[in-house]
Amino acid sequence: MSTLTAERTTAAPATGRKSPKRRLRGEAKLHPMVWVFVVAVMGFSLIPFYWLVNTSLKKGASLSQGELFPSQPTLENYLVVFQNPEFLLALRNSVIIAVVTTTVALVCASFAAYALARLKMRRKAMILTLILSVTTFPAIAIAAPMFSIWRDIGLYDTLLGLIIPKLTFALPLAIYTLTSFFKEIPRELEESAYMDGATPFVAFRKVILPLAVPGLATTAILVFISVWNEFLLAVTLTSSPEARPVPVAIAFFSGTSEFDQPLGTISAASVIITVPLVILVLLCQKRIVSGMTAGAVKG
Amino acid sequence: MALKTIQPGSAPPHAPSAPKTNARDRAERRLAFRMTAPSLILMALVAAVPIGYALWLSLNQYSVRTAGLSRFVGLENYINALASHEWWAAFGQTFLFAGLSVTLELILGTAMALLLNLAFKGRAVLRTVVLLPYAIVTVVSAITWQTMFQPNLGLVTNVLSALGLPGGDVVWLGEHGYAMAVIVLADVWKTTPFAALIILAGLQVISSETYEAAELDGASKWQTFLHITLPLLRPAIVLAAIFRTLDALRVFDLPFVLTRGANGTESMSMLAYTELRENRLVGEGSALSILTFLTVMVVSVIYIRFGGGNIRDVAKEEQ
Repeated sequence: MSTLTAERTTAAPATGRKSPKRRLRGEAKLHPMVWVFVVAVMGFSLIPFYWLVNTSLKKGASLSQGELFPSQPTLENYLVVFQNPEFLLALRNSVIIAVVTTTVALVCASFAAYALARLKMRRKAMILTLILSVTTFPAIAIAAPMFSIWRDIGLYDTLLGLIIPKLTFALPLAIYTLTSFFKEIPRELEESAYMDGATPFVAFRKVILPLAVPGLATTAILVFISVWNEFLLAVTLTSSPEARPVPVAIAFFSGTSEFDQPLGTISAASVIITVPLVILVLLCQKRIVSGMTAGAVKG
Repeated sequence: MALKTIQPGSAPPHAPSAPKTNARDRAERRLAFRMTAPSLILMALVAAVPIGYALWLSLNQYSVRTAGLSRFVGLENYINALASHEWWAAFGQTFLFAGLSVTLELILGTAMALLLNLAFKGRAVLRTVVLLPYAIVTVVSAITWQTMFQPNLGLVTNVLSALGLPGGDVVWLGEHGYAMAVIVLADVWKTTPFAALIILAGLQVISSETYEAAELDGASKWQTFLHITLPLLRPAIVLAAIFRTLDALRVFDLPFVLTRGANGTESMSMLAYTELRENRLVGEGSALSILTFLTVMVVSVIYIRFGGGNIRDVAKEEQ
């Protein structure tokens, strides 16, 4: 699919996306229907967020009324969440799991991706196919046997027991995204390193890695988001608050029955863990887009 | 498939002089092997070993009462699963979900991509806004749509009642068709941006000369879209369809949070999870997870066979 990535600029400075030609085309007046559509898309994307926040600010009787604006907004739900030791534990667990998994995946993947992007190698196409096919594995096929293995060897319901299987999906995502970033770094820079007598490994360390920092950052963001969001492995391989990450903690927030979920509190917890992701998107929107289309792999 | 981004053979050799080439080649290959080995070993350990073990587990039956007690039953777990109503119901629901959500995501995604490709003030804002649902946790997306459809409390239910439309007094998550609609909507909301961005990337490589030629020929906007844009976008749309379908067939989080699989919304992954965790049936659960795995693999092979061929052709033409 070189067609899809051809347009992207070189990895180093991720600027100058639009060619001047493209800017000129379409400068013509937009049809009013287009604006209607823009507003519709914005509404579809944002209104559910508004409603989540709206719900999180309601308490008691006003919770069961669909007021467009909470008449007596309260932060009580947020207080409840922050006073809940299980939620705080889950936050800690999620941070540890996501940071460790992302780091391990990125270190291993940067080596592999360099070899796959640049070096001569036997069976390269086969290896890439294998790596990509792992990303399509249903997580349940990993979770089911891991559940048995971990219970036998005592890794069930531990953080390490979650980090290891999460690498199954983090690693191929990282390799795949990084490989396409490495391919974009102009070859001339390595060539001149070779002229100076550098070995391929030195060229990788001294030339490629520094240039690939934006690509590494983008990959880290994508892997982090995907590990942070992952649910099936997390719910299958944990059973106590000591190991549960945030998505599982929120899913089990009510615990009792599906009819009396404390939706206000659950909404508040959801808002709390969504805020960092929203900030990440606002700050790194361009990067996330380039990473998603580079690897074309979903997080 | 997307593999074609990375053209293994197309890298121009950078060894300058002929006599040195062989030794250098060998050194390079050795280095490449060493650099990929850690990742490949790790992936074998965390992907291949568990799946192999799941195959073994699925051929046994495990005592629920006595830990460690098991007996070999061959394919019995598979035969029972394939003869059960539960498996085929979950199979059907998963495909229904995947078909509905992916179709909607591709249509909306194409429209969104066309919009994001227009030059207008506020395009950057629109792109950021569109990306927001994609980044959030799927569980949160489920909860968000639960608040939208909750009786009394929900925005959608309230608006429907206020307008006197049907659906206002329905317990959406309590009835099959309605529950499925909410699950599909939550998925479309979260993942359409992904499809849109893949399609947008495809849109951006169509040269403006193509459009200018069409304009000179007097083609209308709609004709241009139908006969130029859409065929040229095909590879990107197929790629988005592959990734979205394979992902949708694994659906778990949304029905888990929204219905816990009630009202006929149980997916294949959920069924395997329930057997394994709730019912403690390791052998049966493993067989179901292998069946889920095989289903996804068969679909991906079909896609690559019938969709992938076209991608390759286009990639070749471009070169």
